[in-house]
Amino acid sequence: MVTSPKRVPVPAGLSRDQLHEIHYYLCLTRSFDERLRNLYRQGKVIGGLYSSLGQEGESVASAYALRDGDILSPLIRNLGSMLVRGARPVEILRQYMAKATGPTGGREMNIHFNDLQLGYLGQISHLGDMVTVMAGIALSFKLRQEKRVGLVYVGDGATSTGAFHEGVNFAAVQRAPLVVIVEHNGYAYSTPTARQTAVERLADKALAYGVPSETVDGNDVLAVYEATQRAVARARDGGGVTLLEFVTYRRRGHAEHDDQGYQPTEEIAAWEANDPIVRFEQQLTSRGWASPSDLAATATRVTAELDQAVADSENDPAPDPESALGGVYATPPPTVQRSPLTAYRAPTSDA
Amino acid sequence: MPEVTYLEALRDGMREELERDDRVFILGEDIGIYGGAFKVTDGFLDRFGPNRIVDTPISEAAIVGAAAGAAHMGMRPIAEMQFIDFISCAYDILTNYVATARYRAGLGTPIVVRGPSGGFVRGGPFHSQMPEAAFFHTPGLKLVAPATARDAKGLIKAAVRDDDPVIYFEHKYLYRRIKEDLPEGEEILTPIGSARVAREGTDLSIITWSAMVWKVLEAAEQLEREDGASVEVIDLRTLIPMDDDAVMATVRKTNRVLVVHEDTRTGGIAGEITARINEHAFEWLDAPVRRVTAHDTPLPYAPTLEDYVLPQAEDVVAAARWLLAY
Repeated sequence: MVTSPKRVPVPAGLSRDQLHEIHYYLCLTRSFDERLRNLYRQGKVIGGLYSSLGQEGESVASAYALRDGDILSPLIRNLGSMLVRGARPVEILRQYMAKATGPTGGREMNIHFNDLQLGYLGQISHLGDMVTVMAGIALSFKLRQEKRVGLVYVGDGATSTGAFHEGVNFAAVQRAPLVVIVEHNGYAYSTPTARQTAVERLADKALAYGVPSETVDGNDVLAVYEATQRAVARARDGGGVTLLEFVTYRRRGHAEHDDQGYQPTEEIAAWEANDPIVRFEQQLTSRGWASPSDLAATATRVTAELDQAVADSENDPAPDPESALGGVYATPPPTVQRSPLTAYRAPTSDA
Repeated sequence: MPEVTYLEALRDGMREELERDDRVFILGEDIGIYGGAFKVTDGFLDRFGPNRIVDTPISEAAIVGAAAGAAHMGMRPIAEMQFIDFISCAYDILTNYVATARYRAGLGTPIVVRGPSGGFVRGGPFHSQMPEAAFFHTPGLKLVAPATARDAKGLIKAAVRDDDPVIYFEHKYLYRRIKEDLPEGEEILTPIGSARVAREGTDLSIITWSAMVWKVLEAAEQLEREDGASVEVIDLRTLIPMDDDAVMATVRKTNRVLVVHEDTRTGGIAGEITARINEHAFEWLDAPVRRVTAHDTPLPYAPTLEDYVLPQAEDVVAAARWLLAY
């Protein structure tokens, strides 16, 4: 006997279309990550590749809770957050493949780029630093009485840094409209959380700053969305900083070169069985918010978009070597214009 | 014409910029009610309110990081380091985040980071530093170090208006020791990247900046008086971008060069100036370029020790005589 799924009201103030859109970003993020790994194996993505496999749920759902005008600062595994804010797959691919056409012209790698109009600020690799910068962005919203919110992602490892402490404390004292998301994915490179910090719950660190916090199942898309929405609303209404801990798991190594031998296989398997996208799709279909054909249509759309993005990027040119110069200052100082690299490089150099 | 101190000129410059442009605000430790450790921002909280004069926790990294974030949003922050010695706590943010932002991300970061710098005040190892060389090596930052009240005002105003991050080294020894007539109503802007001839001369050039300008001028007077030597003194005012044209012009004029700085010797800026002269004006030299700098030690507290470590006018005179006799 075939039973039609029972209809459950759509949660968290989301429309059915919005649920479908969240699902689209989840699928796009995961498929994109697979494409990137393929391109990495082909030697087209160079440098490091940091997979977001398993963390798509919290990444997409938290970014989805922001509005136009808000700004987030992603971490290396927040490909999904970037896509939600409007970063286009083709430009991300150009960046990963170090193309002249990429958003930084080959100067920076992976998702280290920004578009403040769309609302994302590129990170640097020094973990925790972006908390201080986002504290300043949020402070500017407060000083100018703009109803905008900043959101910054850090990992469990970054909570050990001085910059994290200074940034959260500063923003808390200023009551700046900032949401601090700690993505607790179990490992900082090979270091498990227990060797990173002596607290059990990373959210407990909020106590030291006098800000509210929540620990959330990071693989529960709707729980993440609702918690972020609460924190964003609090920030927008003048309530200052909230620290959210999303408990999730890094299912691949630190980067693709890493065989993750230090992660127990049964641990990885347990988190594979707790996949955020599978869980969300089960909710969508079992509660009547989407049909299996809706999900299939999304998968088809994602494949077509990524095929097009790869085709539009993989044959783009590498940057001209001399484009490495310039752009250090708004107006090039005379010494830079003289270009010591070219002026003084030995003529026998084969560079 | 009112006579103002170096400190008052700096304060006036910031006040004028705060009045001119509502994007300008100041953040730092104890700058509000207390008016700053040296009272540089005295009266600003009453005048401009807590949204323009922002007291912060003891968090140099967060102060500079937050200034950068606010600058990305279109504001023009001035971040005060209570003593410039503590800028090392923000070294990571300044060199990795701020200095690279335009190059790697196309992001303008028009911030000014300023604070009381330098020795001669018995401040000991952590309240006397002149950490210019630590930042001189980082592309993307601009460094200024005024010696006069006029430039204290002119450079802070230019720094606030600059589209790039500027570190402004104000010398605490000069705060209340020098005065100058600065006409009210005159808009004083010292161009960043432009040196100044502090004293004309024909026999020897001494290139220096900040408080050492005054020690060098004292030495130049003595050399004129006792040796009949005509010494030219160049006050660089800006360290990055350096006014190479002014440096080479004085080399071509006098053919003998002494570089004097308060910072320690090894890896100090005098080495770079010497190298540039070597590359661009070697054939104009009648003698090797020489340096007078602090000794390579942390800066000690006791007056006898500090005076020994820091370069003094008599050290300048001795080096100048060696060069003049070469």
